[in-house]
Amino acid sequence: MIRHVITAFVLLNAIVLIVTYLTYVERKFAARMQSRIGPYRVGRPHGWLQPIADALKLLIKEDIVPALADRPVYNLAPIVFLIPSFLIFATVPFAPGLGLADLNIGLLFFLAVSSLEIVGLFMGGWGSNNKYALLSAMRAVNQIISYEVPFVLTALIPVLLAGSLKLSLIVEAQRGLWFVAYPVIGQLAFVMFLLATIASENRVPFDILEAESELVAGFRVEYSGMKFALIQLAEYTHMFGVSCLGALLFLGGWLGPGLPGPVWFLLKALFIFLLVTWVRWSFVRIRVDQILGLSWKVLLPATLALLMATGFWVALRSGHVA
Amino acid sequence: MADLEARKVIELGYGGNERLVMNMGPQHPSAHGVFRMILTLEGETIVAMDSVIGYLHRCHEKLGETLTYAQYPSIASKTDYVAAMTSELAYVLAAEKIGKIEVPKRAQYLRVLVGELQRIASHCLWLGTWCLDMGGALGGGATVFLYCFREREMVLDLFEALTGARLLYGFHQVGGTRYDLPEGWAKHCRETVDHIDRRIDEYESMLEANTPFLVRSQGVGVISRELAQEVGVAGPLLRGSDVDFDARRDDPYSSYPDFDFKIPVEAAGDCYARYRVRMQEFRESIKIVRQVLDGLPAGPISSRPGLKSVGQVRIPKGEAYARVEGPRGEVGCYLIADGGPKPYRMKWRGASFSNLSILPHIVPGHKVADVVAIMGSVDPVFGEVDR
Repeated sequence: MIRHVITAFVLLNAIVLIVTYLTYVERKFAARMQSRIGPYRVGRPHGWLQPIADALKLLIKEDIVPALADRPVYNLAPIVFLIPSFLIFATVPFAPGLGLADLNIGLLFFLAVSSLEIVGLFMGGWGSNNKYALLSAMRAVNQIISYEVPFVLTALIPVLLAGSLKLSLIVEAQRGLWFVAYPVIGQLAFVMFLLATIASENRVPFDILEAESELVAGFRVEYSGMKFALIQLAEYTHMFGVSCLGALLFLGGWLGPGLPGPVWFLLKALFIFLLVTWVRWSFVRIRVDQILGLSWKVLLPATLALLMATGFWVALRSGHVA
Repeated sequence: MADLEARKVIELGYGGNERLVMNMGPQHPSAHGVFRMILTLEGETIVAMDSVIGYLHRCHEKLGETLTYAQYPSIASKTDYVAAMTSELAYVLAAEKIGKIEVPKRAQYLRVLVGELQRIASHCLWLGTWCLDMGGALGGGATVFLYCFREREMVLDLFEALTGARLLYGFHQVGGTRYDLPEGWAKHCRETVDHIDRRIDEYESMLEANTPFLVRSQGVGVISRELAQEVGVAGPLLRGSDVDFDARRDDPYSSYPDFDFKIPVEAAGDCYARYRVRMQEFRESIKIVRQVLDGLPAGPISSRPGLKSVGQVRIPKGEAYARVEGPRGEVGCYLIADGGPKPYRMKWRGASFSNLSILPHIVPGHKVADVVAIMGSVDPVFGEVDR
């Protein structure tokens, strides 16, 4: 019991620290793409104290609640949004035996909890009593529900290949060959997984919830100070969580030569995070009807077909098909 | 007729119980200044749009009556502050038309030179902000925006070396130009346009193979040829709707006939057609700049003696309208002179104003996200709309 509490405490703080510095990595990476320098002044070298300064600034900012907001809903939303983002790390194995709980249904738990974020998001959009936020919440429900389906279906492909829902077993099954390296199936599944990830993360080109050029900042337009910081933290934590999932499902988790397991794991998660960031800073946003069309008309049939193809292949390999 | 139709759509009403009335602006990230759109939405679809302008009104036309012919050109640049050279030139041309003042060849060439450089700078700003509207400050749009600003800075550096100012120049004056090219400027200018020429290839390869960009711009905000002519839009909007008109060729000024350039025309009338027109205009402007630098004649830059007092320029009684093809379209200046050092009356015809009036005709029926894309492709500058 005590051991679990201590592990959870350490894990929580480690994740907050990693996520804080992911924002820094993203800003430097984006700056490089845009021929800028990025954060530079706060802390030498290269503004490494910037994330800390950002967090401190948000802490001391005034907390503003709109006069006509639905106060309980408005105040609760950032917390409801934040909790599932951290909960998903409960089942993530960073290395063999290094994780909070390696459940038998680890992947299922991960997917179920991670789709809970929509509740907090909608509460924020509704409780703000703002038309931009309301439109954004409406879009959020549309988009996230549409993309959860292909997201789950692509995550099932490694499950089929490994024959288990337990995340550590999925990684062990990749000891010979990472799933991303499986001919055709692996690459297609990885690309679809990335697409669905970007969409369920609300990143450009699918960031219609935030859409700052139309909806200003979407569902969080009325949030300021620490509540805004919580929403940001939740978003980046969720993003990091899904990057970790990608590393576990397709890139062989902690497997790798030379370096210790957790290092490999974090490097792979960082790689997926940077892929998503790369896409983010090179595309423009697409429209809500186009996003939904892409999900239901293209991504869903494609993932279904791929899932079936994988199923056949697995059955053939194990000799169950006469 | 088109006007009546727009009115009818707007009267669909601010009252239905399933509808949401949403204000965009005057303080809004994509308002391109201070513009207020009152959108009536059914879900995400816009059923009616009303627009409110006037937040940036600074009495430019009244100012024109109280400032002398020597003073006003520097103020004229504040109407369209993104393309300051254009409006200065329109004012000066109108005054020269009434006074029948000759302009030396070298000054005419310099006017073409700065006019085309200004078009490049202005189109850089347009491309950046338009992509910012579609892609957001936290996405690929910001990347394009920063690239475009990098190139715009280079043109502004040229202007700074020429006039000492980066945004509002006061370069033109009645009878010629105020400044001549400094030493080494022509070489610097040539290098800059060569550089920008290469960068435009980069933009095109970045955007035209970019599916999200294409699906956001193709088939969005279509202006038919008839509608374009009826509403009286100008510049790239007009040419993007298959109307082949450009004041530089059809009503030439400042020895534009000396140069060889094409007027790009696209038939589709959507945001993408307007994008194509402007991208080709980039290239044509670069071509003209090179020709000017090649053929720049020697000689004086002004037909009038240097100014000793602000009231020195007097224009005889008369009236005239002069038009200039600016980056956003036809910029016109109507002047009535009464023989004194100040005009009796002046009137601006801003391209942004007439372009903006197309919005209520084309916006209803689109999604909220398209409004900002259409707005960006219209490329209004509110200094010129509200004056």
